[in-house]
Amino acid sequence: MNSISPNPRTVVHRLVQWSSQWIPALLVALVALVIWHLVAWGFDLPRALLPKPVEVWQAAVANRSALLAALYSTGLAALVGLVVAICIGSLISVVFSQSRRVRLAFFPYVIFLQTVPIVAIAPLLIIWSGYQFRTVVIVTVIVCLFPIVNSVTAGLTAVDRQWSDLFTLYGAGRMKRLCRLQVPAAVPYLVLGAKTSSGLAVIGAIVAEFFVGNGTEYDGLGTLMTHWQGFVRTDALIAAVFTSTLLGLALFGLVHLLAHSVLRRWMTLV
Amino acid sequence: MTVAFDADEPAVDAVNLTVGSGEIVSLIGPSGCGKTTLLRAIGGLQKMYQGSVLMSPPMVANSGQIGFVFQQPALLPWATTLQNVMLPLELIGHGNRLDRLDAASESLAAVQLSAAHHKYPHELSGGMQMRASIARALVTNPGILLLDEPFAALDDMLRSDLGRLLLDLWQQRRFTAVMVTHNISESIFLSRRIVVMRHGKLEQSIDNPLAWPRDPSLMRTAEFASFFGVVSDALRGEETTVDTTRSGASR
Repeated sequence: MNSISPNPRTVVHRLVQWSSQWIPALLVALVALVIWHLVAWGFDLPRALLPKPVEVWQAAVANRSALLAALYSTGLAALVGLVVAICIGSLISVVFSQSRRVRLAFFPYVIFLQTVPIVAIAPLLIIWSGYQFRTVVIVTVIVCLFPIVNSVTAGLTAVDRQWSDLFTLYGAGRMKRLCRLQVPAAVPYLVLGAKTSSGLAVIGAIVAEFFVGNGTEYDGLGTLMTHWQGFVRTDALIAAVFTSTLLGLALFGLVHLLAHSVLRRWMTLV
Repeated sequence: MTVAFDADEPAVDAVNLTVGSGEIVSLIGPSGCGKTTLLRAIGGLQKMYQGSVLMSPPMVANSGQIGFVFQQPALLPWATTLQNVMLPLELIGHGNRLDRLDAASESLAAVQLSAAHHKYPHELSGGMQMRASIARALVTNPGILLLDEPFAALDDMLRSDLGRLLLDLWQQRRFTAVMVTHNISESIFLSRRIVVMRHGKLEQSIDNPLAWPRDPSLMRTAEFASFFGVVSDALRGEETTVDTTRSGASR
């Protein structure tokens, strides 16, 4: 009767498939939690050294409003930083793709972004930009930029020879070649770079917050971690670690979902 | 024409080839003998060390007068079949969008792919992708069609079907075609002349004595088998005794 209602057998089949995909990972997590509990309980370790999993859960529930507020701040900084890095990184890659000389001259400095210890330059950025959200975003952009530039430049410059020949045959100019060939061909590479950077974005934001949040109104997960470390609130600290991990996973999942819907057309490339 | 990647050993060495209007010529020879390089140089895709390609009437740059069918279909995966076929027209700035749509639809119909307008390349079979590739090469109505082992990746049945399709299209449009192939039967069935290359040089040019129009049943005739032997000998570097053979240089 209802032609758009999903076939129950298909739904069940998908559910089983989905479960079978996640069950092994969930089992590993469960085993790890049990081992953790047994170690903390068996050695009678003090809560300040290693709280039991249930105590971490209790600390998370007790501090949920602080954790949620921090999650929002860090998540926003990581997301904004990632988006800005994608935009800036893509523009840099387009410039690199148009001139080999420019690429040779500037690419080493992009590698510098990857090799510079972010912990070392974060205090410098705070002096220049202040104890604020903007500084967290800048640090996140610096951390995320290299994978984007590296991937997208590779995608823009490594276009299939036959496609390139096709555009040469019909006399396509630089702009047509860029817009109609290089940019679309680089989309899977952009997605790859964005996936790598999505995990780094959360790390960058939290590292920046270790410095930015110190003694200010800014309330990110990094701020909370330094705060709770000062009070030896190990249970809450571990809860913050789990929250940041979940944030990283969520950001990765978001990029993955967007990529999946965008990349359907690129099936032969991915 | 001479094309050299390495100064000591040119990939194409002083080749002089004349192709008549409406003629189909096959280039055959062992791997690495310079067939594809010669074809690419004719299409302007390969810089020449020396020489030139002369056309009568002279070619207008970027006008789509040359079509190229690559070894792989080389369809853009982010574009539909129709968009892929329209691409050459867009690149040469032909007409308005409606004109381009009409021409692309017509070209797709010519290769029996009208039903695949809105499909993406990954939704097409290998044979359909190659048909789309041929439709793209013919959409500008080129006077010259260059084909670089277009059916090499296909099975025998598809290869035969697409060979027949190519002949049908040629009979309708009478374009000049130069095709690189490793397949002797294909070169005999499709072409009027077979050019054998070796070490970058044009070794022999053999006129195909088989009559037109050609039908797949031709491949089962004694005449076909006999000529297959001649081409096969030429490919192995043995002297051929057919009186239709001419030296490449004299062409």
